[in-house]
Amino acid sequence: MIVCCKQVPDPEAPPSVFKVVNNKMTVPPEVKPVIGQYEEFALEAALKIKDTAGGKITALSLGNNFVRDVIKKALAVGADELVLLEDKAFEDGDSWSTADALAAAVKKIGTYDIIFCGRQSSDWDAGQVGLGIAEILGIPAVTLARKAGISDGKAKVERVIPDGYQVIEVTLPAVIVVTSGIGALRYATLKGIMAAAKKQPVVWKPADIGLEPSKTGAAGRRSKLDKLFQPVKESKCEIIEGETVAEAGAKLAVRLREAKLL
Amino acid sequence: MAEYKGILVCGELADGKLASITTELLGCGRKLADELKEELSCLLASDAVSAAAKEAIAFGADKVYAVEHPTLKEYQADSYTQVVEKVVKDISPRVILIGQTSVGRDMAPRLAFRLGTSVTTDCLNLSVDPATKLLVQTRPVYGGNAQAVFTSQLMPQMVTVRAKTMSPLERDASRKGEVIPTEVDIDTSKVRTKILETVKEEAVGIKLEDAPVIVSGGRGMGGPQPFQTVLKELADLLHGAVGASRPPADNGWVPEHLHIGLTGKIVAPDIYIAIAISGASQHTAGCSGSKHIIAINKDPEANIFREAEFGVVGKYEEVVPAFTSKLKELLAG
Repeated sequence: MIVCCKQVPDPEAPPSVFKVVNNKMTVPPEVKPVIGQYEEFALEAALKIKDTAGGKITALSLGNNFVRDVIKKALAVGADELVLLEDKAFEDGDSWSTADALAAAVKKIGTYDIIFCGRQSSDWDAGQVGLGIAEILGIPAVTLARKAGISDGKAKVERVIPDGYQVIEVTLPAVIVVTSGIGALRYATLKGIMAAAKKQPVVWKPADIGLEPSKTGAAGRRSKLDKLFQPVKESKCEIIEGETVAEAGAKLAVRLREAKLL
Repeated sequence: MAEYKGILVCGELADGKLASITTELLGCGRKLADELKEELSCLLASDAVSAAAKEAIAFGADKVYAVEHPTLKEYQADSYTQVVEKVVKDISPRVILIGQTSVGRDMAPRLAFRLGTSVTTDCLNLSVDPATKLLVQTRPVYGGNAQAVFTSQLMPQMVTVRAKTMSPLERDASRKGEVIPTEVDIDTSKVRTKILETVKEEAVGIKLEDAPVIVSGGRGMGGPQPFQTVLKELADLLHGAVGASRPPADNGWVPEHLHIGLTGKIVAPDIYIAIAISGASQHTAGCSGSKHIIAINKDPEANIFREAEFGVVGKYEEVVPAFTSKLKELLAG
């Protein structure tokens, strides 16, 4: 199994720390990077299969300047191997260039049954890379998985739909794109953290996966980012006060009636 | 090289009728088509689409490509994407508009990769650059903490559009248009997935998307119980529905289908009452289209007060019961 994960600025950080400078998102150094929340679910989905059916998990990530302690969390929780596509040339790509590079890395890794991805990254939120990898490799994909298991050489997946879920059987190899509901990523054990500290990630440059640096990352984009901005929001909230909090609650009811809202 | 012309809306059906997202896409597509002086077409693919095809014309389409096939009754990526790919290759549209829905999220990236073009997902705003005639595509990024504007030189230019961000046209049954029955052979050997079972989980009562009033709770509710008592009592009084931000859904306090936010449901009720919700961009992405937002939170600095029109600072355990009982009294009087 291969799990694609991305290092992103902590999306749970307060909105005020995210600042756009020169068309780029910046966060202050105290906002630590993390593995994206949906990729954590993807890791957990793979670990659950490993718990019951065994198998090897390779965590795969693309970017530059990885914080080793952050991305090695994948090893600490139970992945067997970590492959980093790490190079300046990989920076500022779009869904296409990212999927293209990850698919090239998957081909180099060689054998796999399932590629797990998160439903969308916690920074650009596009939700395309998993499907893109499947299309490039010519394999099927099931999205919005909240449960996944393997039996008889096929995967059985619970896919979330607006009013419930579907049970879908898919031939392998396949891409499974994971959403919440799979369960939070397990904590790393002390033993896991110690073992991860000893392992070194495999680092591949564009040439290692057969890509020209001039055709990946920012140079490999299919869509052009013209502008990144933060709409200014003016707060015009009318705070209702009272002697006690309960009185404020009652006054709110009166105020909303006056305003003919309720 | 084919000449790319016109706007194509990938339509969806809900219970056999034209889905509301499709009327919104047609409203948006009509404006873009008029600006470019080109045609607006709509693709409908399901087991039976003739009634919906007439509706699509009433909502602004010049042409409707109607694909009817029994296997298309339920969305299945491998068969549905084939159909859309074939129709798109036949008509070479300049722009393809798709809903950012369960189907659109799943299909659009597949189609874009197959066509060798790009797609910008979850757009809030679309316009035509007068100089280049390119589609200017604006979407939220970083969980809603910023917005990005994209263009692409590659044709067709594909986008998915967030529900409830575009206005449908007034329905006009006298509008003229052409329904083009379209045959597409589906290669079943390329369908690699099988739907074994479809299970409905939606709670009984008012659907979240249709509720005029939503009473929503966040992480600060502390557990599942208040959703069934304090929040439900208020929602019932207002003939509304109970919703939640992501943490209650992730923690299993409420079922996932009550989750409102970027990766949950997008709602736009008349009144949205956010209780013990901090207002992370993730969440407000799902409710900022509400007409009036009312916030109750113990933290005066909570981001939700920047979104709200009225607010009370205080613990929900004290504020909400007083609010509900006063409201009950006022509504009775």
